[in-house]
Amino acid sequence: MTAVQISVFLENKSGRLAEVTNALATAGVNVRALSLAETIDYGVLRLIVDKPAEAKKALASAGFTVSETEVIAVEMPDRPGGLAAVVNLVTQSGLNIEYLYAFVGQRGENAVVIFRIDDVEAAITALKEGGSRILSADELSAI
Amino acid sequence: MSENTPCWNRPVEFMAPDQLRALQSERLRDLVGRVYEKVPRYRQKLDAAGVSPKDIEGIEDLSRLPFTSKDDLRETYPFGMFAVPMDEVVRIHASSGTTGKPTVVGYNRKDIDTWAEVMARTLAAGGAHAGDFLQNSYGYGLFTGGLGAHYGAERIGAAVIPTSGGQTKRQLQIMQDFGTTVLCCTPSYALVIGEAGRDMGIDFSRLPLRVGFFGAEPWSGSMRQEIEASLHCHALDIYGLSEIIGPGVGYECLDKSGLHINEDHFYPEIINPKTGETLPDGQMGELVFTTLTKEALPLLRYRTRDITRIIPEQCPCGRTVRRMERVSGRSDDMLIIRGVNVFPSQIEEVLVGIEETSPNYVLVVDRKPRGMDELEVQVEVSSKMFSDEMSKLESLSTRIGSEIENILGLRVGVRLVEPRMLERSMGKAKRVVDRRDLGQ
Repeated sequence: MTAVQISVFLENKSGRLAEVTNALATAGVNVRALSLAETIDYGVLRLIVDKPAEAKKALASAGFTVSETEVIAVEMPDRPGGLAAVVNLVTQSGLNIEYLYAFVGQRGENAVVIFRIDDVEAAITALKEGGSRILSADELSAI
Repeated sequence: MSENTPCWNRPVEFMAPDQLRALQSERLRDLVGRVYEKVPRYRQKLDAAGVSPKDIEGIEDLSRLPFTSKDDLRETYPFGMFAVPMDEVVRIHASSGTTGKPTVVGYNRKDIDTWAEVMARTLAAGGAHAGDFLQNSYGYGLFTGGLGAHYGAERIGAAVIPTSGGQTKRQLQIMQDFGTTVLCCTPSYALVIGEAGRDMGIDFSRLPLRVGFFGAEPWSGSMRQEIEASLHCHALDIYGLSEIIGPGVGYECLDKSGLHINEDHFYPEIINPKTGETLPDGQMGELVFTTLTKEALPLLRYRTRDITRIIPEQCPCGRTVRRMERVSGRSDDMLIIRGVNVFPSQIEEVLVGIEETSPNYVLVVDRKPRGMDELEVQVEVSSKMFSDEMSKLESLSTRIGSEIENILGLRVGVRLVEPRMLERSMGKAKRVVDRRDLGQ
């Protein structure tokens, strides 16, 4: 019940992000969501895409260091308190969130939050018991 | 002119060339006999070369002897090349080896005495004398710079101020308050002192500082001008390496036109680094030394890997001991950063230890204007090293930096970079980018 995130190592140099997006465009990959974390020297680009396998292949052959990361995609109501409720479920079960990012998808009233948590199984259990709906990889790709 | 040239040991430094040659020949015969008898590795090397000590009649036979390299010292680590019993050894220093183990050197009492003598010549040639306040900002420790300069300075009767390196503001305060007249440090640290002094509002032209002895790292003629303008003192180059003795192998006089070699103790040759053939004076090649008088660690034809030439003409100062030109490069890939010898193989070893594979890396050396040398280790992030979590990447680069510092004793910058597909596909990876201006 997990989704796949594509993670890319990027030096902080002008033009590198454009090269990522160009490579994905050429491969016909559609980006659903992204998040960028950075230091002075480099950054890590995290992508949710419709075709993860194609995206990874295209980026690797363009010379990027790229990996697949197992993440949890959770649907949440797109209103005040929606994110707080989901985050509370995770933290109250004692799990540590490495990072998260959210996006407003095209699924009616709902938004999607992507969690990166080391103990995936425990997190899924906690979220399900709290009544959250977890999106499958296919559902996520279909957004 | 030569009568007025400041000088520590006039009989030797101005010795008639044929007399000097006779002295060198006599010392070489004694040396070869000693190492053959006392050092098993030399016995093997000489036997393998088919040379017996009795074949060596004089300095003209030197080229019949086998070379010694850093590998010989590494393979006999730590004390295997010592030629005296350990209870005669009174000092041990160490510098970087090409891989994990350092290069270890030892001295008996006579070697320490020789070292003080050659450093005394070095300091006296720049006009230092009893009554001077000599601030010694070379690092004290395993590095030979600090104690080497210290003993020479005491020998000439200067008041030594053993500040060692670092704490620049305190250095400057001492320089002002004690009235330092002579400074010893690396050339890049001299520029740091100058810059920090200006920031503190110090006018160096009003200080009694007269001369500085700068070595342990490569520098250029333009850097000399910069230091002299900044510190308002003579800036003299000194040359040495711990395998031969430490600082004191070669020294500039105030004519500043090459480094006189203490060749009654350290006999220089220039060879073709590829063929090993001895080259005549004047030609560029690799500098090789035979330690004519060393007792604890005598070396035959030690390959320094430094590229230079012997200057055939006599120096205007009148000294007869020959001069070498400022070192212009290396015949191996060793870098000298803030006085520390750095081999790319040492860095590679650290990276392999962390990643269990051989990652691609580039070493970038830079010297900021009026700044110290900086080494940045750029490590290509492979899929194996890569993590989507920033904290893991940050702790990886911190770990690389601290392990390198542990091995080298040198703080380096670490930068994680993307793989460079193109540069690698064009053949052997270029490991070192040296952006320092080290020209003549």
